[in-house]
Amino acid sequence: MKSIAVIGASLAGLRAVETLRSEGFAGELHLVGDEPHLPYDRPPLSKQVLAGDWDTDRIWLATRDKFDELDVTTHFDDAAVALDASALEVRLASGATLDVDGVVIATGARARTIGEPLAGVHTLRTLDDASAIRAAFDAKPARVVVIGAGFIGAEVTATARGLGIDVTNIEMGSAPCERAIGFEMGSVLAQVHRDHGVDLRLEVGCEAIVGDEHVESVVLTDGSTIETDLVVVGVGVIPNIEWLEGSGLTLGNGVVCDATSLAAPGVVAAGDVAEWPNAHFDETMRVEHWDNAITQATHAAKRLLHGESVGAYQPVPWFWSDQYDRKIQLAGRTTDFDSFQIVDGDIESRKFAAIYGRNDKIVAVLGFNRPRHVMRYRQLIDTKTSWADALAAEF
Amino acid sequence: MSFKVVVDYDLCESNAICMQIAPEVFEVRDDDFLYLLTDTPDEEQRAKVQESVQRCPKQAISIADADGSDQ
Repeated sequence: MKSIAVIGASLAGLRAVETLRSEGFAGELHLVGDEPHLPYDRPPLSKQVLAGDWDTDRIWLATRDKFDELDVTTHFDDAAVALDASALEVRLASGATLDVDGVVIATGARARTIGEPLAGVHTLRTLDDASAIRAAFDAKPARVVVIGAGFIGAEVTATARGLGIDVTNIEMGSAPCERAIGFEMGSVLAQVHRDHGVDLRLEVGCEAIVGDEHVESVVLTDGSTIETDLVVVGVGVIPNIEWLEGSGLTLGNGVVCDATSLAAPGVVAAGDVAEWPNAHFDETMRVEHWDNAITQATHAAKRLLHGESVGAYQPVPWFWSDQYDRKIQLAGRTTDFDSFQIVDGDIESRKFAAIYGRNDKIVAVLGFNRPRHVMRYRQLIDTKTSWADALAAEF
Repeated sequence: MSFKVVVDYDLCESNAICMQIAPEVFEVRDDDFLYLLTDTPDEEQRAKVQESVQRCPKQAISIADADGSDQ
């Protein structure tokens, strides 16, 4: 392999580039990104950067020097617009073409929007998004309406409350972060938000966002209207795969890969954009978490260089979310769980660990300010420990 | 050739990913604080410590040469 193009210059793309070099690839290496920025870390955007605690210079993941050291040709602010997977040719927005021997797709996902663009209505995915919301927070708004109580919505809500801004957080599900942690645990989180003065409205959605030149109100599906001049929409992301239509790759919920992260000969995918069968959970998934971007990019880069011998990519996914003074962590998958038990601490203190089981095995662990327990139970999930043994484990 | 592990405890939030990767070097104890079991691990630990550097959610770990210069 004489040349490789990594498409997507965020966390997964950067890790792919680093891994290719550390694994001994000495050929031509390109890194393509649609943002004008150097690769940066997204998690602080909904927390420290949004709160104004951190200057943006703290989030860069790499410097210009780093790319010189790694001998990488960067193409920033130049989105990839087409791929020919059989010819392994990538075309960029500028018109440039990269004719290579291998491709890593790490184009991630973009925030889902509601309605037409309207001043005062924001999504949060990029540094520019965070800067815009930060500026809106600085103007001391009377209230912010946050649509969606998944992790982004919940973190933006917590950050706004920390700044003393009133928040109405609306969520279609029955609890915040329900899809990730279930109804019972999501309800604990709901109470945490209410304890912090959030006007949390569950089982209600946004019917319409109203305003001419600027947002004026949000109409909810229960018929009520909330007046506001600031809205943050956190209703999920869409994998960036439109540019791959006609490429020859199989597209589904993301770029469809095999168990090793291979999408087609000479093409691998990693991070928020990749859908693949995870044998550990007998589940096909697309994981939107920070740790997966790193581990999957590492695996995909090795797959590209070393072939099938690298084996299947079957991680136990892990993520964290910081809301107020709660550090919430989850390892594993809660999909179709049939068993549940709090194994340490208690809900009242908001400091506990809980495990989830499926088909008689432990499949996930959730911790609220219990990092050590999450890590220990994650090891049990790794080794496919039985539900009974997991319940009996003591740490 | 040996190396030094440095933890920025202002950034560390005890996510314990490092402990999972390199338990011989990193330990989050009952008090929920991270303890470095050794700040000069064996050379054969380098790859695992390097992985911990990369996967720390707070970028709180770094590796330096034994003489202190950053790697």
